[in-house]
Amino acid sequence: MSEDKANNSRRRFLTGAVGVVGGIGAAYVAVPFLAYWNPSARTRAAGAPVEVDTSTMQPGQKVNVTWRGQPVWVIRRSESAIDSLAGHDDVLSDPDSAVASQQPAYAQNMYRSVEPEFFVVVPICTHLGCIPSFMPQPGSLDTNWPGGFFCPCHGSKFDNAGRVYAGVPAPTNLEVPPYRLADDGVIVVGEDQEAA
Amino acid sequence: MSDTSKVQGGVLGWVDARFPLSRMWNEHVGEYYAPKNFNIWYYFGALSLFVLVNQLLTGIWLTMNYNPSAEGAFSSVEYIMRDVEWGWLIRYMHSTGASAFFVVVYLHMFRALLYGSYQKPRELIWVFGMIIYVALMAEAFMGYLLPWGQMSYWGAQVIISLFGAIPGVGEELALWIRGDYNISGVTLNRFFALHVVALPLALVGLVVFHILALHEVGSNNPDGVDIKKNKDASGKPKDGIPFHPYYTVKDTFGLGVFLIFFSAVVFFAPEMGGLFLEPPNFQPADPMQTPAHIAPVWYFTAFYSILRAIPDKLGGVIAMGSAIFLLFLLPWIDRGRVRSVRYRGLGHKLALGLFAVAFVCLSYLGLQAPSDLYFGLTVTTWAQIWSAVYFGFFIFLFAYTAFGFERTKPVPDRVTD
Repeated sequence: MSEDKANNSRRRFLTGAVGVVGGIGAAYVAVPFLAYWNPSARTRAAGAPVEVDTSTMQPGQKVNVTWRGQPVWVIRRSESAIDSLAGHDDVLSDPDSAVASQQPAYAQNMYRSVEPEFFVVVPICTHLGCIPSFMPQPGSLDTNWPGGFFCPCHGSKFDNAGRVYAGVPAPTNLEVPPYRLADDGVIVVGEDQEAA
Repeated sequence: MSDTSKVQGGVLGWVDARFPLSRMWNEHVGEYYAPKNFNIWYYFGALSLFVLVNQLLTGIWLTMNYNPSAEGAFSSVEYIMRDVEWGWLIRYMHSTGASAFFVVVYLHMFRALLYGSYQKPRELIWVFGMIIYVALMAEAFMGYLLPWGQMSYWGAQVIISLFGAIPGVGEELALWIRGDYNISGVTLNRFFALHVVALPLALVGLVVFHILALHEVGSNNPDGVDIKKNKDASGKPKDGIPFHPYYTVKDTFGLGVFLIFFSAVVFFAPEMGGLFLEPPNFQPADPMQTPAHIAPVWYFTAFYSILRAIPDKLGGVIAMGSAIFLLFLLPWIDRGRVRSVRYRGLGHKLALGLFAVAFVCLSYLGLQAPSDLYFGLTVTTWAQIWSAVYFGFFIFLFAYTAFGFERTKPVPDRVTD
């Protein structure tokens, strides 16, 4: 081609092509840099299931364990605590545990557990991640309090099944982690209950 | 001004032929003409630059003995405090410097509100300044995790949980930021990298942009008068004086006064009664136990109040985000042509005063427990009232200036003394 007459449309095409190919390349290069922030293999491995022996637990007792670096409470509810779950659906935000992400399907019932007696919960407030206080006794917070969990950070309230009250900052019920009832009263936190 | 300066010999001439040293000095210092009527509000820009240098210097020194791991972080800070020679001083200069940074930056920003320094043609200076402010908040937030105390841990827990409120991707995003299912040493390590390398680099770059943009259009002043409209025969603004020596000397005096207060805090009240270093942060981080009362450090509490005022997680996050985002839009919300509060309408004066009061009240409320009572109303209710005032300011300012309600006074041609 002649020296003094530039082929502008070819230049535009080449510049555009370099831009597109370079942009795609840059997007691919960004992937390792972003994925580098994901939990590593070691972090994932540290999230292995945890076993809790409930055979020696007394009614009303709470056992704290750590699973995936998060606290998990295993609570053996007393008769009165189980009875306290009925009768206040009207003040709860999600009494039927309709938000599926907050519990495995096998814990989607009014007790939010496989067996009413044993309650397994991640005690991290669904508002901003504080640890609520465990206040199972009726009337321990105020006169109408049926027992449950109270978050001291921003005042969110949950009943003895971790169901959130309406009109508090927390949007959803406390999370029930996946767990399995094994033999001899052992609860395995982090493994799913097999379909019955 | 290389075209007017004659070629010099010597070392300076040799350098100038290879690097624009004299030209840069003249453009930004020696022959940068600033209005002669700067008042006390004009100290805080230079002071924030000084505090930035203080943070960089003490920060580099702290890095030499700090250990960014969940096992070692807390004890390495105590090691710096007790065993490293002068370690306590370097650390207190850094922790006090963080609070001092926000003190001077908030005053610097309020100066811009008072004298309309964000208005045309200085919109981009304001936007760069706001980006600096947001970067500074990120820098302070990540720095606060590093001592790995209880408040470090739970403050970070609360703030990172905010991302979880974003519909759909929120939880995944929070996991990605933490790099773990909960805040752990993994999170600490990456925050350390961002706090000591990435954000300081960004901050320094942004400060350069901020100052370049300022020197392109020239400084505003307490009268909001454009001094470039009145120039003498040689093309220098009649109301301008060279930054050096006039303002370098004045700013040095201001620095002296600032250092009296700064040193008083560093030496006599480095914790500032729990305001600069909160009491729970003297306990190592414990993921199994939340402190009874979580409050961020004072410079975040205004926005924290707005977050808590909304009884809905996503709504609170949106309100808090817009409280900051609206400030970005200020140059376009304010449709007024008069810059300085001295010549603006009474409505604007009152609104601006109320806005400042709202910010201070929200900051105070953010430090209190939500159920505390003041004059029979809970902290949450008060936070709702003052949040309404905070947002009301922007709505009022737009309506007041866009629909011609403002009655301004005549602006003088020259600056007043």
